[in-house]
Amino acid sequence: MDKPELKDFTKPESIRDYPVGPSFYGGHLVSVNSGWRTFRPVVALDTCTGCFRCYLVCPDGVIAKTEAGKVAVDYDFCKGCGVCAHECPFSAIDMVKEDISE
Amino acid sequence: MIDTRKNESVFVSGDEAVALGVRLSRPQVISAYPITPQTIVVERLSEMVEDGSLDAKYIHVESEHSAMSAAMGASSVGARAFTATSSQGLLYMAEGLHYASGGRMPIVMMNANRSLALPWSIFGDHRDSMSMLDSGWIQVYVEDAQEALDMTIQAYRIAEDPSVLTPFMINLDGFILTHTYELVEVPRQKEVDSYLPPFSTPNKMSLETPKSMGFSTSPADNMEFKYQQHKAMMDSMEVIKKADKEFSEMFGRSYHGLVDCYQCDDAEYILVTAGSVTGTARVAVDTMRIKGIKAGVLKLRFMRPFPEQEIRNILSGAVSYGVLDKDISFGYEGTMFTNVNSALSGSKNFPRGMNFVGGLGGRDISVQDIEEMFIALQKCPDNAYGDYIKSRVSFVNMGVNINE
Ligand code: SF4
Ligand code: SF4
Repeated sequence: MDKPELKDFTKPESIRDYPVGPSFYGGHLVSVNSGWRTFRPVVALDTCTGCFRCYLVCPDGVIAKTEAGKVAVDYDFCKGCGVCAHECPFSAIDMVKEDISE
Repeated sequence: MIDTRKNESVFVSGDEAVALGVRLSRPQVISAYPITPQTIVVERLSEMVEDGSLDAKYIHVESEHSAMSAAMGASSVGARAFTATSSQGLLYMAEGLHYASGGRMPIVMMNANRSLALPWSIFGDHRDSMSMLDSGWIQVYVEDAQEALDMTIQAYRIAEDPSVLTPFMINLDGFILTHTYELVEVPRQKEVDSYLPPFSTPNKMSLETPKSMGFSTSPADNMEFKYQQHKAMMDSMEVIKKADKEFSEMFGRSYHGLVDCYQCDDAEYILVTAGSVTGTARVAVDTMRIKGIKAGVLKLRFMRPFPEQEIRNILSGAVSYGVLDKDISFGYEGTMFTNVNSALSGSKNFPRGMNFVGGLGGRDISVQDIEEMFIALQKCPDNAYGDYIKSRVSFVNMGVNINE
């Protein structure tokens, strides 16, 4: 899967280096965005049938298929909303409390 | 020498003149929601799309907020967009106005100037657009139907300039301009096409160049975008002057850029106006001149960008000046007056100014009313802390005695 890679953002030195208005080429990610998650979705791969309904409903598009054809969640960008767990027809996703001591 | 005689002349209302100007500008998307006294513009445009004389997508939306949102969607894929509104409708799209200017989307919108509720009224004044002065839109106020048509074409040219990329609001006085019929000359399509090239923008969403548009920023970068907006608006002044010059070379009509003057050269008393009342003021100047009083009119065409330098140059030579506002910022004074005073504050000679608030909710402003303004300007008291402060803001043509 083509996922944009994280790029460092350095503040431009000149105003001319800013884009004209808040518009920039797509997929320019500068930071991970998952610090607000309380629960993380954990996929039970033995129950999962690979229907990929979770992929369709994830509002942040962070569910993908691994090379082995399995479901994988990108925890760098998952916000922990639980939509995938709620919608999984086979209850293959558990929402597990994040361990904040980690 | 330009031979304008071959151009077609039509007898149309201000609303229809705008619709003709829009058609000549070849927008690809028109989003429309009707509101009096703007309705005729979008009605005519829908007829033009229907009869095939305008090749555009016409989107019926459910509100003004959606009209602006649809225009933004169109602009973000590189389409030339038009919408129109008035009064409460303009306020309802207020959120979108800031979005469009912040997103640097050069949408052109006609606003039929109309008063704001309450009391409910469909008649004209400038309180709707003046309250949107800080929304980041270029604002022009036109005097007649011809200027309305011509400025519609110029609006796209100015707004879409790569150094500007800022949305453009064309203001027409409700009913006085929108519903009054005048003889208007219609430029030829071929000439408009060479004056106004097709729209291109760096902020274009497309499959070839996927974009993230309308992103958020942290405090570390937000101000830079606001600075850019301000600079673009300041830079638009030269673009406006150039657009006017080239328009006059091609079509034979000049509006003199940011301001227009009538008899200001030797004027001792100058009245600053915006919009259709300028025509009335020109007549009043003529009658004052016959009486030997050196009167003049400064027509403020653009409220944003604000023609600070022009105002300073023209007014600092006067004995006194008046500003006729069809608006009031309750608790202070008319917004034009505040802006004019601010422009003058940088000049060595700061003549005494008076603010005439008139025309609210469609109240008539007659030639005689304006003559009385010039007479008041002759008597303008020059002590700054007594009579002057008390009398510098006055309501014109009140129907009742307010000397309680
Ligand atoms: S919706 Fe459930 S079963 Fe279907 S792919 Fe996702 S986790 Fe597996
Ligand atoms: S929890 Fe929400 S964001 Fe995370 S993978 Fe599931 S649907 Fe996507």
